[in-house]
Amino acid sequence: MATASTTLTSSAAQRPLGHMLRIYLKEAKYEFLKNLRLRAYSVSTIFFPVMFYILFGLVLGRNTIGGLSTSAYLIATYSTFGVMGASLFGTAAALAAERGLGWLQVKRASPMPPFAYFAGKVIMSMIFSTTVVMLLLLLGFTFGGVHMGLSQTAQLVATLVVGSLPFCTMGLAIGYFAGPNSAPATINMIYLPLSFCSGLWVPLMFLPKLMRDFARFLPPYHLSQLALGIVGAGRHESNWTHWEYLIGFSVLCLGVARFGFQRDEGKMYG
Amino acid sequence: MIATLPESSARERATGAPVVARLHGVSKNYGEIKALRQVDFNIHAGELVALLGPNGAGKTTAVKLFLGLAKPNQGTVSVFGGNPVHPEVRVRTGAMLQVSRVPETLRVREHIDLFSSYYPEPLPISETLSIAGLETIKDRLFGDLSGGQRQRVLFALALCGDPDLLFLDEPTVGLDVEARRVLWEQIRKLVARGKSVLLTTHYLEEADALADRIVVIHQGAIIAEGTPSEIKAQTAGKKIRCVTRLELDAVRRLPGVLEVHQDREALEIHTAVAEPIIRELLARDASLSGIEVTSAGLEEAFLALTRDDNGKTAA
Repeated sequence: MATASTTLTSSAAQRPLGHMLRIYLKEAKYEFLKNLRLRAYSVSTIFFPVMFYILFGLVLGRNTIGGLSTSAYLIATYSTFGVMGASLFGTAAALAAERGLGWLQVKRASPMPPFAYFAGKVIMSMIFSTTVVMLLLLLGFTFGGVHMGLSQTAQLVATLVVGSLPFCTMGLAIGYFAGPNSAPATINMIYLPLSFCSGLWVPLMFLPKLMRDFARFLPPYHLSQLALGIVGAGRHESNWTHWEYLIGFSVLCLGVARFGFQRDEGKMYG
Repeated sequence: MIATLPESSARERATGAPVVARLHGVSKNYGEIKALRQVDFNIHAGELVALLGPNGAGKTTAVKLFLGLAKPNQGTVSVFGGNPVHPEVRVRTGAMLQVSRVPETLRVREHIDLFSSYYPEPLPISETLSIAGLETIKDRLFGDLSGGQRQRVLFALALCGDPDLLFLDEPTVGLDVEARRVLWEQIRKLVARGKSVLLTTHYLEEADALADRIVVIHQGAIIAEGTPSEIKAQTAGKKIRCVTRLELDAVRRLPGVLEVHQDREALEIHTAVAEPIIRELLARDASLSGIEVTSAGLEEAFLALTRDDNGKTAA
């Protein structure tokens, strides 16, 4: 029996890279299809940022904010809002439901590499994040008189999509602690106040000083400042400071998610 | 007892094939609850073994241990000579578990395509669809399926990787008779392909219809083991219901009577074999009426089995 298990272990590490890659791609593809067809996710993730942007950026936005047209300024903040929503709901809601109602266990009993499960959710969220940002840009260019060069546009999209990662990690952390049915409500209780306090709905300069100072502690603030920097507004702080905040926050969330993962595995395997 | 002879031969036959999965001296506690106590249990190559027991007996716990989804407090679990959590063991097993919610916005073939991708040499999707009888509904969303169809999709996910060993945890629970028979047919096909299968169920009928060997589990311990006919002989007693003038105590003293209750105006008599007792009853009470003979439920059968264990009916 000892020899049997040694031979087994030696063949263990050898899932060919091509096969591994195929699993990850399929996991991401079906996660995407699953959420695309789930209107509670796909419609609300796209609809709310777009609606807010049309309302406040295009219909009511006739002024400038800090020397920049409202329509350009709000592309940055509502994109951040949209990216955050796509990431939080894309990871936390599904994880909480699948953990709580037995589906994750079916997948864990299969030979699925555990990391593929999380990667699939993150990639899916990033596709939706990209879609939201592109839609807002399209609206801004077409109806809001926004002008941006190709490299500036690409930089904005890339920053926001990479910047969605901290919120994916936050989603995983929430997903490990929220109940299967209450997760969407829990997410909203975090998502909406956090967005408001970070100046994603109403620009920070229109908020009281106390809130402006408090915003520095919030991760969405830092992502929105990075985005605003690219469109030509923002507070002109060092980009590194913002990235450091976001990286630090991600590490913290990953720690919490890892704790949740191990607690579950402990229940399963301990 | 007669049962001893076939039982030992059953054991000999079973031990002939190599063991593919084993629980050895396994105990598993969930807090205060002892889900399994000192269980020894083997699955042999090519057999369908049914783990039969009432709800809460520890069937699902045993399956979870075999799948590496739980770790024993005591004892060892080995599957194909290795630890079930290893990926190289997992590619040789498939599982159908009880799940409250499956993602509903994926199509049947999409679910199967994804699970197939986890395995190095899966069955062609068309073959999986055919074995599980899903060809006509392969493009339906999971959320639009009936209960029986949903179970068949979960069954397909267990077999799509062409694993050597399958775990089916209460595969037909909540299904109507028709859907149950369809799934039985498919499980038989699997065994015909040479797979080893562990099936858990709380229907004696189901274990009888499918299994080569039945292991009866009750309150976390194995209380009986044998071929379906041996188990039925031990457990599937009869229940006689009749209206009689005879005294309860007199009936209780009849040979072969296990237990007697007064149920409204009638008596309920539990026994292994009904005919001799009916003959005796009719001989003693000509006015006896309303005779009904039914198979004792599993719960009653367990009562009989556990009582056997206490040695009362050893003679």
